[in-house]
Amino acid sequence: MLSSQTANMAVVVDDLHKSFGPLEVLKGVSLEARQGDVVSMIGASGSGKSTFLRCINFLEMPTRGRIIVTGEEVALKPAKDGDLHPTDKRQLERVRTRLGMVFQSFNLWQHMTVLQNVMEAPVHVLKVPKAEARARAEALLQKVGLYEKRDQYPAFLSGGQQQRAAIARALAMEPKVMLFDEPPSALDPELVGEVLKVIRGLADEGRTMILVTHEMKFARDVSSHVIYLHKGVIEEEGPPKQVFGSPRSERCKQFVSGIH
Amino acid sequence: MFPSVLEFGKTGFGDELARGALSTLLIAASSFIIGLVLGQLGAAAKLYGGPASRFIANIYTTVIRAVPELVLILLLFFAGTKGISALGVAVGYGPVDINGTFAAILVLGFVQGAYATEVIRGAIQAVPVGQIEAARAFGMSGTQVFTRVILPAMLPNAIPGLANLWLVVIKDTALITVTGASAELAQMTKNAAGFTKRYFLFYFVSGCIYLAMTLVSNYFISRLEAYVRRGQPKLA
Repeated sequence: MLSSQTANMAVVVDDLHKSFGPLEVLKGVSLEARQGDVVSMIGASGSGKSTFLRCINFLEMPTRGRIIVTGEEVALKPAKDGDLHPTDKRQLERVRTRLGMVFQSFNLWQHMTVLQNVMEAPVHVLKVPKAEARARAEALLQKVGLYEKRDQYPAFLSGGQQQRAAIARALAMEPKVMLFDEPPSALDPELVGEVLKVIRGLADEGRTMILVTHEMKFARDVSSHVIYLHKGVIEEEGPPKQVFGSPRSERCKQFVSGIH
Repeated sequence: MFPSVLEFGKTGFGDELARGALSTLLIAASSFIIGLVLGQLGAAAKLYGGPASRFIANIYTTVIRAVPELVLILLLFFAGTKGISALGVAVGYGPVDINGTFAAILVLGFVQGAYATEVIRGAIQAVPVGQIEAARAFGMSGTQVFTRVILPAMLPNAIPGLANLWLVVIKDTALITVTGASAELAQMTKNAAGFTKRYFLFYFVSGCIYLAMTLVSNYFISRLEAYVRRGQPKLA
């Protein structure tokens, strides 16, 4: 049974472990995000923060732990490869529709126009009528400033435009939680700003977000909670003021002072 | 002047050649479609199958691609038709007469399938994994991931290889003449040339018909390829 507190959480991850062969990249990481929380995960490359995010929607299978999305715990069973796999495909698909993922390398479907990318999952997964999905997609593209580019194919857009289209695609599912995997880190510096501006706008709307990022200043400004991950364990966590201003961990202090 | 032996009707062989060409296209198209289906299955077995189906698919592609097609055609045609006929007797249906064209389609389709397996397998493996992850992350089922993302994303990689197979199978229909059981273009050409003794004329005309088939095919293939590559910028 879930406690009533857990049931009200947007996302609860409990004691997550993940190994790739003999290498244990996550050694018991937990996270709780309430509705409207913006949780940022920071840490050096290889600290396991992206793997952690990818475990939440099961793009990576965890080796141990529990994942509860909007009060629904994903049923898991051990598989031959040593990881836990969801027992019920339908449940997995249903839970995934509540998690809007934005990838570091955008991963827009290359054979679809921007508009088709945004309409695709609502129409084919959520079975939203086409006209309605189109209207919603156009409104979202308007919002991220890509309405004029709606009939273009992704390969003809800049990285920043592709990432904004990818955000619109995730929003079109009306997800309960947005997952961002280092959203601007594949972009040229001058394009970072436009993407961060869109994400900041979402934070201001009160959307629940879990965000893996290298943008320290951004994390400090938008987050309600910051987790500093080091070698697969949480080294420091708390409100941004604490993590960036007066971290207890020496390592965290070095990390946040080294990057501005 | 137009040689009278090429006229349509009782005196010329024009209508025979036309029927032969039509038969060639029919055999080629049917074999190609069978090859596509087998290729899909073979690629699926190799990429997603268990040890048993992977093993079978590997034997299939290895053996079929190793043995000369002419030998395969003779083997599958004579052994195959005999086998099916024997099967007919065994189940009490009596001897089955296998239509030569039908047997040819099955044999060529079987050969095509082995090559198509490798073309499709390579094309699927060339789809960037991020495209598939995005589909999964949005809650698509396995079937939807395949039909909505993998299939259209692999086509630009597969079309050149599959187009080759189509052009090859048109010409491979000529191999069926060794069975003497068909009425496709090469067989009709042979008949007409032998009857009139105008070998050069008939083989030249027949060569031109094969060329025309290829040229028309190329036109449609390039249209199709432009369509499946609609999301890709052209190389400058």
